[in-house]
Amino acid sequence: MKVAVKGDTSSFAKEIEQACGQDVLTCYQCRKCTMGCPMAFKMELKVSEMMRAIQLGLREEVLSADTMWWCVSCETCATRCPQGIEIVEVMDVLREKAFKEGYKIPLKTIEAFHKVFLDSVKSYGRLYEMGFAMDLNLKLRDPLKDADLGPVMLSKGKLKLLPDKVKDLKSVKKLFENVKKLEESRA
Amino acid sequence: MKYAYYPGCSLESSAKEYDLSIRACCHFTGVELVEIPDWICCGASSAHATSHLLSIALPAKALVQTEAMGLHQVIAPCVACLTRLKVASMEMADDDALKKDVETVLEGSYQGKVKVRNVLDVFLNDVGVEKIQEAVVSPLKGLKVACYYGCLLTRPPHIAQFDDVENPHSMDDLMRAVGAEAVDWSFKTDCCGVSMSLAETDAALDLTNRVLEGAKDAGADCVAVACPLCQSNLDLRQKAIGNKYGVFYDLPILYFSQLMGLAFGATSRDVGLEKVIVDPFPVLGAI
Repeated sequence: MKVAVKGDTSSFAKEIEQACGQDVLTCYQCRKCTMGCPMAFKMELKVSEMMRAIQLGLREEVLSADTMWWCVSCETCATRCPQGIEIVEVMDVLREKAFKEGYKIPLKTIEAFHKVFLDSVKSYGRLYEMGFAMDLNLKLRDPLKDADLGPVMLSKGKLKLLPDKVKDLKSVKKLFENVKKLEESRA
Repeated sequence: MKYAYYPGCSLESSAKEYDLSIRACCHFTGVELVEIPDWICCGASSAHATSHLLSIALPAKALVQTEAMGLHQVIAPCVACLTRLKVASMEMADDDALKKDVETVLEGSYQGKVKVRNVLDVFLNDVGVEKIQEAVVSPLKGLKVACYYGCLLTRPPHIAQFDDVENPHSMDDLMRAVGAEAVDWSFKTDCCGVSMSLAETDAALDLTNRVLEGAKDAGADCVAVACPLCQSNLDLRQKAIGNKYGVFYDLPILYFSQLMGLAFGATSRDVGLEKVIVDPFPVLGAI
């Protein structure tokens, strides 16, 4: 990829550092992160390239990239980084910013996964596994996906038909509301 | 030895046998578990992908509840929960402003006195190998086990603070203590791809296949795990892997605690052996 940059390009890296304390500017492109990444074969922009793009201040390109959506948070990159950069924390900041700023998420599947997961936690206080799998497949317009696994899991007593609700659902709702309120007051 | 117990969502349904077998092992080794009343989900990967504050507040609730129970240590057997609880406790210890925000969200205070414990660590270091060996009544002689640690038991090292990050051996030590043979293999800490397993199944299968292939090549009779997500992925996807790659591994994926429990004299029902998808009875019947 060829890009032209002008002037001080460090503002995006500084924005990330402010959010999570990780200084991407110390990356010297050894590429250990990309070499050890189990999902690199899927990423258009590899992890080391993403780090370089951040250094170059390419905010738009990074926030619309597929890198953080393929990332499985396995922590191999962060463990091996010679500069001690907690790369998964950087991924989290990018995911959060992309979500909140309304960027188009290149992997609809992963976006739906997070949404359906948190909806379950909000509704029941816990993850309702069977409902989660079914809602996710509906959202992805593939209702019969993994349909063969359902009966197997049910027969093994591995799925509950009904959600396990916590008793104090009120405080769960309050928790979500309070997070939203606090975040909005600082936006 | 008394600990607060945070089972987490999986242990209530898809990983019920992990819950059963942990409780059985604790019973045989004198570990007392007190389940946190009305615990809530830790938010797992979806909270930390969407809101940092939410990703700390959800697991922090369990820490606050542990303190309210008058206990100082909490065991979270699910490695995803374990990591989220650890991250919450460490980040709040390092960052006063974050701790205050979390207290505002939870509408309660946190003293910061709770230690989050990994269940392997409790068996190995609080109970100890000697006591575990003493509790064995039917040693797992001749059983070849590939101990699989996955991503988060050892990573990232500053959070996990447990075992060797690239070549861990704690589960191997426990398996040897109950008479099994722990095989040497190269995929102990490779990711099995589970977080992609529901949403991007095809991409995940490549990773899952590599782990299963590694265990089979090392001559393992079964794989031992300590994470409900690894277990369900490695167990449930063997048929899909067979269809994609033409190799049917037929490799039972068991919780280390199911194997330990059996060695302590628990019945197969006590440790939920019948809940495992790839039938483990043929390989266990031989011992």
